[in-house]
Amino acid sequence: MMLIAGSEEAWDRLGPEESQQMMERIGGWWGEHHAAGRIIEGHQLQSVATATTVRRDGDGQATVTDGPFMEGKEVVGGYGILDVADLDEAIAIASSWPAPDVLEIRPIVERD
Amino acid sequence: MTDRSIVDERLAEVLRDERGRLTAALVRILGDWDAAEELVQDAAVAALGHWPTDGIPENPGAWLMTTARRKGVDRLRRRARYRERMEQLTREATRMSAHVPTEGAMGADDRLRLLFTCCHPALNREAQIALTLRTIGGLETPAVARAFLVPEATIAQRLVRAKRKIRDAAIPYRVPEAAELPGRLQEVLRVLYLIFNEGYLASTGDASERRDLARDAEWLTSLVLRLMPDEAEVIGLLALMRLHLARFDARFGPDGSLVLMPDQDRSRWDRSAITDATQLLARAERMNRPGSFQLQAAIVAVHASSPSWATTNWSAIVELYDALQRLEPTPVVALNRALAVAERDGPAVALAAVEPLSDRLDGYHLFHAARAELLRRVGRPADARAADERALDLTANPAERRLLAARIAQAGSGRSEGPT
Repeated sequence: MMLIAGSEEAWDRLGPEESQQMMERIGGWWGEHHAAGRIIEGHQLQSVATATTVRRDGDGQATVTDGPFMEGKEVVGGYGILDVADLDEAIAIASSWPAPDVLEIRPIVERD
Repeated sequence: MTDRSIVDERLAEVLRDERGRLTAALVRILGDWDAAEELVQDAAVAALGHWPTDGIPENPGAWLMTTARRKGVDRLRRRARYRERMEQLTREATRMSAHVPTEGAMGADDRLRLLFTCCHPALNREAQIALTLRTIGGLETPAVARAFLVPEATIAQRLVRAKRKIRDAAIPYRVPEAAELPGRLQEVLRVLYLIFNEGYLASTGDASERRDLARDAEWLTSLVLRLMPDEAEVIGLLALMRLHLARFDARFGPDGSLVLMPDQDRSRWDRSAITDATQLLARAERMNRPGSFQLQAAIVAVHASSPSWATTNWSAIVELYDALQRLEPTPVVALNRALAVAERDGPAVALAAVEPLSDRLDGYHLFHAARAELLRRVGRPADARAADERALDLTANPAERRLLAARIAQAGSGRSEGPT
Protein backbone atom coordinates (compact mmCIF):
# COMPACT_ATOMS: atom_id res chain seq x y z
CA MET A 1 0.00 0.00 0.00
CA MET A 2 1.35 3.40 -0.98
CA LEU A 3 -0.19 6.40 0.77
CA ILE A 4 0.31 9.67 -1.04
CA ALA A 5 0.35 12.86 0.99
CA GLY A 6 1.18 16.38 0.06
CA SER A 7 0.56 20.01 0.72
CA GLU A 8 -2.74 21.21 -0.73
CA GLU A 9 -1.51 24.77 -0.38
CA ALA A 10 1.36 24.03 -2.73
CA TRP A 11 -1.14 22.63 -5.23
CA ASP A 12 -3.35 25.69 -4.87
CA ARG A 13 -0.40 27.94 -5.59
CA LEU A 14 0.08 26.32 -9.00
CA GLY A 15 -1.47 28.16 -11.91
CA PRO A 16 -4.25 26.41 -13.84
CA GLU A 17 -1.86 25.48 -16.62
CA GLU A 18 0.80 24.07 -14.30
CA SER A 19 -1.82 22.22 -12.36
CA GLN A 20 -3.16 20.71 -15.57
CA GLN A 21 0.34 19.63 -16.61
CA MET A 22 0.95 18.04 -13.23
CA MET A 23 -2.31 16.10 -13.40
CA GLU A 24 -1.41 14.89 -16.87
CA ARG A 25 2.01 13.75 -15.69
CA ILE A 26 0.47 11.88 -12.78
CA GLY A 27 -2.17 10.37 -15.07
CA GLY A 28 0.49 9.14 -17.47
CA TRP A 29 2.62 7.77 -14.66
CA TRP A 30 -0.33 5.97 -13.12
CA GLY A 31 -1.48 4.52 -16.44
CA GLU A 32 1.96 3.17 -17.16
CA HIS A 33 2.35 1.38 -13.80
CA HIS A 34 -1.24 0.16 -13.91
CA ALA A 35 -0.82 -1.28 -17.40
CA ALA A 36 2.38 -3.04 -16.27
CA GLY A 37 0.50 -4.58 -13.34
CA ARG A 38 2.60 -2.83 -10.70
CA ILE A 39 -0.34 -0.78 -9.45
CA ILE A 40 -3.45 -2.87 -8.92
CA GLU A 41 -5.79 -0.11 -7.87
CA GLY A 42 -5.88 3.25 -6.23
CA HIS A 43 -7.68 6.56 -6.07
CA GLN A 44 -7.18 10.24 -5.69
CA LEU A 45 -9.20 11.62 -2.79
CA GLN A 46 -11.24 14.80 -2.71
CA SER A 47 -9.69 17.81 -1.00
CA VAL A 48 -9.10 17.60 2.76
CA ALA A 49 -11.86 20.19 3.16
CA THR A 50 -14.29 17.33 2.56
CA ALA A 51 -12.79 15.16 5.32
CA THR A 52 -14.83 14.04 8.31
CA THR A 53 -13.31 12.27 11.28
CA VAL A 54 -15.21 9.75 13.37
CA ARG A 55 -13.54 8.96 16.67
CA ARG A 56 -14.92 5.90 18.37
CA ASP A 57 -14.03 5.54 22.05
CA GLY A 58 -13.93 2.41 24.20
CA ASP A 59 -17.48 2.89 25.48
CA GLY A 60 -18.96 2.68 22.01
CA GLN A 61 -19.42 6.43 21.72
CA ALA A 62 -18.68 7.94 18.35
CA THR A 63 -17.67 11.57 18.04
CA VAL A 64 -17.86 13.11 14.62
CA THR A 65 -15.70 16.11 13.79
CA ASP A 66 -14.91 18.14 10.75
CA GLY A 67 -11.46 17.68 9.20
CA PRO A 68 -8.78 15.03 8.91
CA PHE A 69 -7.76 12.92 11.94
CA MET A 70 -4.32 14.44 11.91
CA GLU A 71 -3.85 18.12 11.30
CA GLY A 72 -0.70 18.87 9.42
CA LYS A 73 0.80 20.65 6.49
CA GLU A 74 0.79 17.41 4.56
CA VAL A 75 -2.53 15.65 4.09
CA VAL A 76 -3.33 12.31 2.53
CA GLY A 77 -4.51 12.89 -1.00
CA GLY A 78 -4.65 9.42 -2.45
CA TYR A 79 -3.45 5.85 -2.32
CA GLY A 80 -2.37 3.01 -4.54
CA ILE A 81 -2.19 -0.73 -4.00
CA LEU A 82 1.05 -2.08 -5.46
CA ASP A 83 1.94 -5.57 -6.53
CA VAL A 84 5.69 -5.84 -6.07
CA ALA A 85 8.21 -8.46 -5.00
CA ASP A 86 9.99 -6.46 -2.33
CA LEU A 87 10.50 -3.09 -0.68
CA ASP A 88 13.11 -1.92 -3.20
CA GLU A 89 10.58 -2.26 -6.04
CA ALA A 90 8.05 -0.27 -4.05
CA ILE A 91 10.66 2.40 -3.23
CA ALA A 92 11.58 2.62 -6.91
CA ILE A 93 7.95 3.21 -7.87
CA ALA A 94 7.37 5.75 -5.09
CA SER A 95 10.60 7.55 -5.97
CA SER A 96 9.40 8.09 -9.52
CA TRP A 97 6.09 9.70 -8.42
CA PRO A 98 5.97 12.82 -10.57
CA ALA A 99 4.81 15.41 -7.99
CA PRO A 100 6.57 16.89 -4.94
CA ASP A 101 4.68 14.83 -2.34
CA VAL A 102 5.41 12.48 0.56
CA LEU A 103 4.75 8.79 0.10
CA GLU A 104 4.45 6.15 2.78
CA ILE A 105 4.86 2.50 1.85
CA ARG A 106 3.47 -0.24 4.04
CA PRO A 107 2.79 -3.89 3.45
CA ILE A 108 -0.84 -4.99 3.69
CA VAL A 109 -1.66 -7.72 6.20
CA GLU A 110 -2.52 -10.81 4.21
CA ARG A 111 -4.85 -13.37 5.72
CA ASP A 112 -5.55 -16.76 4.25
CA MET B 1 42.40 -34.80 23.36
CA THR B 2 42.79 -31.15 22.57
CA ASP B 3 43.07 -28.72 25.43
CA ARG B 4 39.77 -27.02 26.17
CA SER B 5 41.20 -23.53 26.26
CA ILE B 6 42.85 -24.02 22.86
CA VAL B 7 39.50 -25.14 21.45
CA ASP B 8 37.74 -22.12 22.96
CA GLU B 9 40.29 -19.74 21.57
CA ARG B 10 40.33 -21.28 18.09
CA LEU B 11 36.54 -21.39 17.97
CA ALA B 12 36.24 -17.75 18.98
CA GLU B 13 38.72 -16.85 16.27
CA VAL B 14 36.94 -18.89 13.60
CA LEU B 15 33.57 -17.45 14.59
CA ARG B 16 34.90 -13.95 14.41
CA ASP B 17 36.14 -14.50 10.89
CA GLU B 18 33.41 -16.80 9.63
CA ARG B 19 30.17 -16.01 11.44
CA GLY B 20 29.11 -13.40 8.91
CA ARG B 21 29.85 -15.66 5.98
CA LEU B 22 28.12 -18.68 7.54
CA THR B 23 25.06 -16.65 8.50
CA ALA B 24 24.91 -15.03 5.09
CA ALA B 25 25.02 -18.39 3.28
CA LEU B 26 22.30 -19.81 5.53
CA VAL B 27 20.07 -16.73 5.18
CA ARG B 28 20.30 -17.07 1.43
CA ILE B 29 19.21 -20.69 1.62
CA LEU B 30 16.58 -20.47 4.35
CA GLY B 31 15.38 -16.92 3.80
CA ASP B 32 15.12 -16.73 7.58
CA TRP B 33 17.46 -14.52 9.49
CA ASP B 34 16.82 -15.78 12.99
CA ALA B 35 17.00 -19.42 11.99
CA ALA B 36 20.32 -18.80 10.24
CA GLU B 37 21.84 -17.19 13.33
CA GLU B 38 20.56 -19.96 15.58
CA LEU B 39 22.02 -22.61 13.31
CA VAL B 40 25.45 -20.99 13.44
CA GLN B 41 25.12 -20.85 17.20
CA ASP B 42 24.08 -24.51 17.31
CA ALA B 43 27.05 -25.44 15.16
CA ALA B 44 29.36 -23.56 17.54
CA VAL B 45 27.92 -25.45 20.49
CA ALA B 46 28.43 -28.71 18.60
CA ALA B 47 32.05 -27.72 17.98
CA LEU B 48 32.59 -27.27 21.71
CA GLY B 49 31.34 -30.85 22.14
CA HIS B 50 33.35 -32.45 19.36
CA TRP B 51 36.61 -30.60 18.94
CA PRO B 52 38.10 -31.37 22.38
CA THR B 53 37.84 -35.13 21.71
CA ASP B 54 38.07 -35.32 17.91
CA GLY B 55 40.61 -32.56 17.51
CA ILE B 56 40.19 -29.25 15.76
CA PRO B 57 39.28 -29.93 12.11
CA GLU B 58 41.65 -28.84 9.40
CA ASN B 59 39.10 -26.42 7.97
CA PRO B 60 37.03 -25.30 10.97
CA GLY B 61 34.89 -22.94 8.86
CA ALA B 62 33.84 -25.76 6.54
CA TRP B 63 33.16 -27.99 9.55
CA LEU B 64 30.85 -25.36 11.04
CA MET B 65 29.10 -24.88 7.70
CA THR B 66 28.51 -28.61 7.23
CA THR B 67 27.18 -28.91 10.77
CA ALA B 68 24.94 -25.85 10.50
CA ARG B 69 23.63 -27.08 7.15
CA ARG B 70 22.82 -30.52 8.54
CA LYS B 71 21.01 -28.93 11.45
CA GLY B 72 19.17 -26.71 8.99
CA VAL B 73 17.94 -29.70 7.04
CA ASP B 74 16.79 -31.32 10.30
CA ARG B 75 14.97 -28.16 11.19
CA LEU B 76 13.24 -27.96 7.84
CA ARG B 77 12.15 -31.58 8.22
CA ARG B 78 10.81 -30.96 11.70
CA ARG B 79 8.89 -27.98 10.52
CA ALA B 80 7.35 -29.78 7.59
CA ARG B 81 3.77 -30.14 8.71
CA TYR B 82 1.86 -29.92 5.48
CA ARG B 83 2.05 -32.14 2.49
CA GLU B 84 2.24 -29.34 -0.02
CA ARG B 85 5.12 -27.78 1.80
CA MET B 86 7.05 -31.04 1.88
CA GLU B 87 7.81 -30.85 -1.78
CA GLN B 88 9.26 -27.40 -1.47
CA LEU B 89 11.24 -28.36 1.58
CA THR B 90 12.72 -31.36 -0.14
CA ARG B 91 13.75 -29.11 -2.97
CA GLU B 92 15.35 -26.69 -0.55
CA ALA B 93 17.07 -29.49 1.31
CA THR B 94 18.48 -30.84 -1.92
CA ARG B 95 19.64 -27.42 -2.90
CA MET B 96 21.31 -27.06 0.47
CA SER B 97 23.24 -30.27 0.33
CA ALA B 98 24.13 -29.83 -3.32
CA HIS B 99 25.38 -26.33 -3.33
CA VAL B 100 26.84 -24.61 -0.35
CA PRO B 101 30.21 -23.13 -1.08
CA THR B 102 32.28 -22.42 1.97
CA GLU B 103 34.76 -20.28 0.14
CA GLY B 104 35.05 -18.28 -3.01
CA ALA B 105 32.92 -15.79 -4.80
CA MET B 106 29.51 -17.08 -3.75
CA GLY B 107 30.23 -16.85 -0.04
CA ALA B 108 31.55 -13.36 -0.54
CA ASP B 109 28.48 -12.34 -2.52
CA ASP B 110 26.25 -13.58 0.27
CA ARG B 111 28.00 -11.41 2.78
CA LEU B 112 27.81 -8.39 0.54
CA ARG B 113 24.07 -8.92 0.01
CA LEU B 114 23.60 -9.26 3.73
CA LEU B 115 25.56 -6.08 4.36
CA PHE B 116 23.37 -4.14 1.96
CA THR B 117 20.30 -5.54 3.68
CA CYS B 118 21.68 -4.58 7.11
CA CYS B 119 22.31 -1.03 5.89
CA HIS B 120 19.06 -0.65 3.96
CA PRO B 121 17.79 2.95 4.18
CA ALA B 122 14.39 1.68 5.33
CA LEU B 123 16.03 0.73 8.65
CA ASN B 124 16.95 3.40 11.14
CA ARG B 125 20.60 4.14 11.81
CA GLU B 126 20.77 2.37 15.20
CA ALA B 127 19.25 -0.74 13.68
CA GLN B 128 21.66 -0.65 10.74
CA ILE B 129 24.63 -0.45 13.08
CA ALA B 130 23.46 -3.16 15.45
CA LEU B 131 22.57 -5.53 12.61
CA THR B 132 25.86 -4.97 10.83
CA LEU B 133 27.93 -5.61 13.95
CA ARG B 134 25.88 -8.61 14.99
CA THR B 135 25.44 -10.29 11.64
CA ILE B 136 28.46 -9.36 9.55
CA GLY B 137 30.88 -8.46 12.32
CA GLY B 138 29.98 -11.53 14.34
CA LEU B 139 29.78 -9.65 17.64
CA GLU B 140 27.57 -11.17 20.32
CA THR B 141 24.64 -9.03 21.45
CA PRO B 142 26.28 -8.12 24.83
CA ALA B 143 29.40 -6.91 23.01
CA VAL B 144 27.30 -4.69 20.73
CA ALA B 145 25.53 -3.35 23.81
CA ARG B 146 28.82 -2.58 25.59
CA ALA B 147 30.18 -0.85 22.50
CA PHE B 148 27.28 1.57 22.42
CA LEU B 149 26.85 1.85 26.19
CA VAL B 150 23.21 0.83 26.03
CA PRO B 151 21.52 -1.99 27.93
CA GLU B 152 21.70 -5.41 26.33
CA ALA B 153 17.90 -5.61 26.25
CA THR B 154 17.77 -2.44 24.13
CA ILE B 155 20.14 -3.88 21.54
CA ALA B 156 18.30 -7.21 21.57
CA GLN B 157 15.04 -5.38 20.96
CA ARG B 158 16.55 -3.27 18.19
CA LEU B 159 17.73 -6.44 16.49
CA VAL B 160 14.37 -8.14 16.84
CA ARG B 161 12.53 -5.10 15.50
CA ALA B 162 14.92 -4.66 12.60
CA LYS B 163 14.67 -8.31 11.59
CA ARG B 164 10.90 -8.12 11.81
CA LYS B 165 10.86 -5.10 9.54
CA ILE B 166 13.18 -6.84 7.07
CA ARG B 167 10.75 -9.74 6.94
CA ASP B 168 7.41 -7.88 7.05
CA ALA B 169 8.32 -4.98 4.78
CA ALA B 170 10.08 -7.39 2.38
CA ILE B 171 13.43 -5.63 2.41
CA PRO B 172 15.27 -7.56 -0.29
CA TYR B 173 18.40 -9.56 0.18
CA ARG B 174 20.61 -8.50 -2.70
CA VAL B 175 23.27 -6.12 -3.88
CA PRO B 176 21.44 -3.10 -5.32
CA GLU B 177 21.40 -2.57 -9.06
CA ALA B 178 23.89 -0.25 -10.71
CA ALA B 179 21.50 2.71 -10.73
CA GLU B 180 20.96 2.73 -6.97
CA LEU B 181 24.38 1.37 -6.02
CA PRO B 182 26.21 4.66 -5.38
CA GLY B 183 23.62 5.91 -2.88
CA ARG B 184 23.26 2.57 -1.16
CA LEU B 185 27.02 2.02 -0.97
CA GLN B 186 27.35 5.46 0.58
CA GLU B 187 24.86 4.34 3.22
CA VAL B 188 26.92 1.21 3.97
CA LEU B 189 30.13 3.23 4.23
CA ARG B 190 28.47 5.73 6.57
CA VAL B 191 27.38 2.93 8.89
CA LEU B 192 30.90 1.49 8.89
CA TYR B 193 32.42 4.90 9.63
CA LEU B 194 29.97 5.48 12.49
CA ILE B 195 30.97 2.14 13.99
CA PHE B 196 34.60 3.10 13.58
CA ASN B 197 34.12 6.49 15.22
CA GLU B 198 32.24 4.95 18.10
CA GLY B 199 35.35 2.90 18.78
CA TYR B 200 37.85 5.58 17.91
CA LEU B 201 36.42 8.76 19.38
CA ALA B 202 34.46 7.73 22.44
CA SER B 203 36.69 7.59 25.46
CA THR B 204 34.33 5.95 27.89
CA GLY B 205 34.29 2.23 28.49
CA ASP B 206 37.08 -0.26 28.19
CA ALA B 207 39.87 1.12 25.97
CA SER B 208 40.86 -2.21 24.45
CA GLU B 209 37.25 -3.07 23.64
CA ARG B 210 36.83 0.31 21.97
CA ARG B 211 39.91 -0.26 19.88
CA ASP B 212 38.51 -3.66 18.90
CA LEU B 213 35.35 -1.93 17.71
CA ALA B 214 37.37 0.44 15.54
CA ARG B 215 39.32 -2.54 14.22
CA ASP B 216 36.09 -4.43 13.52
CA ALA B 217 34.90 -1.51 11.41
CA GLU B 218 38.26 -1.45 9.62
CA TRP B 219 38.00 -5.19 8.99
CA LEU B 220 34.45 -4.87 7.65
CA THR B 221 35.56 -2.08 5.33
CA SER B 222 38.48 -4.15 4.05
CA LEU B 223 35.96 -6.92 3.42
CA VAL B 224 33.81 -4.55 1.35
CA LEU B 225 36.91 -3.52 -0.57
CA ARG B 226 37.73 -7.15 -1.32
CA LEU B 227 34.23 -7.62 -2.66
CA MET B 228 34.05 -4.31 -4.53
CA PRO B 229 37.66 -3.57 -5.51
CA ASP B 230 36.82 -0.79 -7.96
CA GLU B 231 35.01 1.64 -5.66
CA ALA B 232 37.21 4.66 -4.91
CA GLU B 233 35.24 5.71 -1.85
CA VAL B 234 35.62 2.29 -0.23
CA ILE B 235 39.37 2.66 -0.59
CA GLY B 236 39.10 6.22 0.71
CA LEU B 237 37.26 5.09 3.84
CA LEU B 238 39.68 2.25 4.48
CA ALA B 239 42.67 4.61 4.13
CA LEU B 240 40.95 7.09 6.47
CA MET B 241 40.42 4.43 9.14
CA ARG B 242 43.98 3.15 8.84
CA LEU B 243 45.43 6.64 9.09
CA HIS B 244 43.44 7.17 12.29
CA LEU B 245 44.41 3.78 13.73
CA ALA B 246 48.09 4.48 13.03
CA ARG B 247 47.85 7.30 15.57
CA PHE B 248 45.70 5.47 18.10
CA ASP B 249 48.35 5.02 20.82
CA ALA B 250 49.43 8.65 20.79
CA ARG B 251 45.89 9.86 21.50
CA PHE B 252 45.96 8.91 25.16
CA GLY B 253 48.25 10.00 27.96
CA PRO B 254 49.63 7.58 30.56
CA ASP B 255 46.58 8.31 32.77
CA GLY B 256 44.15 7.55 29.94
CA SER B 257 43.38 11.20 29.32
CA LEU B 258 42.82 12.51 25.81
CA VAL B 259 45.82 14.08 24.06
CA LEU B 260 44.90 16.41 21.20
CA MET B 261 46.80 16.33 17.95
CA PRO B 262 49.01 19.40 18.52
CA ASP B 263 50.34 17.80 21.70
CA GLN B 264 50.69 14.24 20.47
CA ASP B 265 54.09 12.56 20.56
CA ARG B 266 54.50 11.91 16.85
CA SER B 267 57.23 9.36 17.41
CA ARG B 268 54.45 7.11 18.67
CA TRP B 269 52.64 7.24 15.35
CA ASP B 270 52.97 4.05 13.32
CA ARG B 271 55.02 5.28 10.36
CA SER B 272 54.81 2.14 8.24
CA ALA B 273 51.03 1.99 8.69
CA ILE B 274 50.83 5.64 7.63
CA THR B 275 52.92 4.94 4.53
CA ASP B 276 50.75 1.96 3.61
CA ALA B 277 47.52 3.92 4.09
CA THR B 278 48.85 6.84 2.06
CA GLN B 279 49.74 4.50 -0.80
CA LEU B 280 46.29 2.97 -0.58
CA LEU B 281 44.76 6.43 -0.83
CA ALA B 282 46.91 7.21 -3.87
CA ARG B 283 45.33 4.17 -5.56
CA ALA B 284 41.87 5.68 -4.98
CA GLU B 285 42.99 9.07 -6.27
CA ARG B 286 44.20 7.47 -9.52
CA MET B 287 40.61 6.32 -10.14
CA ASN B 288 39.64 9.96 -10.57
CA ARG B 289 36.35 9.70 -8.72
CA PRO B 290 36.76 12.04 -5.76
CA GLY B 291 34.51 11.61 -2.77
CA SER B 292 34.19 12.81 0.78
CA PHE B 293 35.97 9.84 2.41
CA GLN B 294 38.94 10.23 0.07
CA LEU B 295 39.13 13.94 0.90
CA GLN B 296 38.90 13.31 4.64
CA ALA B 297 41.63 10.70 4.33
CA ALA B 298 43.76 13.15 2.34
CA ILE B 299 43.41 15.72 5.14
CA VAL B 300 44.50 13.20 7.78
CA ALA B 301 47.35 12.12 5.47
CA VAL B 302 48.69 15.69 5.40
CA HIS B 303 48.68 15.73 9.22
CA ALA B 304 50.19 12.25 9.40
CA SER B 305 53.11 13.18 7.15
CA SER B 306 53.98 16.40 8.98
CA PRO B 307 56.90 16.25 11.41
CA SER B 308 55.10 18.65 13.76
CA TRP B 309 51.88 20.64 14.24
CA ALA B 310 53.69 23.90 13.46
CA THR B 311 55.16 22.68 10.17
CA THR B 312 51.84 21.31 8.90
CA ASN B 313 50.98 22.35 5.34
CA TRP B 314 47.88 24.36 6.27
CA SER B 315 47.29 25.68 2.77
CA ALA B 316 46.97 22.12 1.49
CA ILE B 317 44.55 21.33 4.32
CA VAL B 318 42.40 24.40 3.67
CA GLU B 319 42.25 23.50 -0.04
CA LEU B 320 41.15 19.97 0.78
CA TYR B 321 38.45 21.36 3.06
CA ASP B 322 37.33 23.65 0.23
CA ALA B 323 36.88 20.61 -1.97
CA LEU B 324 35.11 18.74 0.82
CA GLN B 325 32.80 21.67 1.37
CA ARG B 326 31.78 21.62 -2.28
CA LEU B 327 30.76 17.97 -1.90
CA GLU B 328 29.34 18.29 1.59
CA PRO B 329 28.26 21.84 2.39
CA THR B 330 27.62 21.18 6.09
CA PRO B 331 28.32 23.54 9.00
CA VAL B 332 30.61 20.96 10.65
CA VAL B 333 32.85 20.88 7.57
CA ALA B 334 32.82 24.71 7.56
CA LEU B 335 33.88 24.70 11.23
CA ASN B 336 36.78 22.34 10.62
CA ARG B 337 37.85 24.38 7.63
CA ALA B 338 37.85 27.51 9.81
CA LEU B 339 40.17 25.78 12.29
CA ALA B 340 42.66 25.12 9.51
CA VAL B 341 42.26 28.75 8.38
CA ALA B 342 43.15 29.84 11.93
CA GLU B 343 46.54 28.15 11.52
CA ARG B 344 47.11 29.58 8.03
CA ASP B 345 45.67 33.11 8.32
CA GLY B 346 45.40 33.69 12.06
CA PRO B 347 42.58 33.45 14.62
CA ALA B 348 40.76 36.67 13.70
CA VAL B 349 40.06 35.51 10.12
CA ALA B 350 38.94 32.12 11.45
CA LEU B 351 36.69 33.67 14.09
CA ALA B 352 34.92 35.69 11.40
CA ALA B 353 34.25 32.44 9.53
CA VAL B 354 33.05 30.65 12.68
CA GLU B 355 30.58 33.24 14.02
CA PRO B 356 27.99 32.83 11.23
CA LEU B 357 27.76 29.11 12.06
CA SER B 358 26.42 29.73 15.55
CA ASP B 359 22.76 29.37 14.53
CA ARG B 360 23.21 25.91 13.14
CA LEU B 361 25.87 24.58 15.52
CA ASP B 362 24.62 25.95 18.82
CA GLY B 363 23.96 22.46 20.18
CA TYR B 364 27.36 21.08 19.15
CA HIS B 365 29.92 21.20 21.96
CA LEU B 366 32.96 21.24 19.66
CA PHE B 367 31.65 24.43 18.04
CA HIS B 368 31.77 26.22 21.39
CA ALA B 369 35.12 24.67 22.33
CA ALA B 370 36.66 25.75 19.03
CA ARG B 371 35.16 29.21 19.30
CA ALA B 372 36.53 29.50 22.86
CA GLU B 373 40.01 28.73 21.66
CA LEU B 374 39.81 31.34 18.88
CA LEU B 375 38.41 33.96 21.31
CA ARG B 376 41.30 33.28 23.66
CA ARG B 377 43.79 33.69 20.86
CA VAL B 378 42.34 37.06 19.79
CA GLY B 379 42.49 38.24 23.41
CA ARG B 380 38.87 37.96 24.60
CA PRO B 381 39.31 35.72 27.67
CA ALA B 382 35.90 36.44 29.24
CA ASP B 383 34.02 35.47 26.06
CA ALA B 384 36.30 32.44 25.72
CA ARG B 385 35.43 31.29 29.20
CA ALA B 386 31.69 31.61 28.53
CA ALA B 387 32.06 29.55 25.35
CA ASP B 388 34.04 26.86 27.18
CA GLU B 389 31.32 26.66 29.83
CA ARG B 390 28.70 26.26 27.14
CA ALA B 391 30.77 23.42 25.61
CA LEU B 392 31.08 21.75 29.01
CA ASP B 393 27.30 21.89 29.43
CA LEU B 394 26.84 20.11 26.12
CA THR B 395 29.13 17.09 26.41
CA ALA B 396 28.85 13.98 28.54
CA ASN B 397 32.11 12.46 27.36
CA PRO B 398 34.29 12.26 30.52
CA ALA B 399 37.64 12.80 28.79
CA GLU B 400 36.35 15.85 26.97
CA ARG B 401 34.77 17.15 30.16
CA ARG B 402 38.09 16.81 31.97
CA LEU B 403 39.83 18.72 29.22
CA LEU B 404 37.27 21.55 29.18
CA ALA B 405 37.11 21.82 32.96
CA ALA B 406 40.90 22.12 33.10
CA ARG B 407 40.79 24.84 30.47
CA ILE B 408 38.17 26.84 32.35
CA ALA B 409 40.18 26.46 35.56
CA GLN B 410 43.34 27.72 33.87
CA ALA B 411 41.33 30.54 32.27
CA GLY B 412 43.37 31.55 29.32
CA SER B 413 46.40 29.32 29.18
CA GLY B 414 44.58 26.36 27.65
CA ARG B 415 45.41 24.38 24.61
CA SER B 416 43.72 24.29 21.23
CA GLU B 417 40.66 22.12 20.85
CA GLY B 418 41.98 20.62 17.64
CA PRO B 419 41.39 17.34 15.94
CA THR B 420 42.26 14.35 18.06
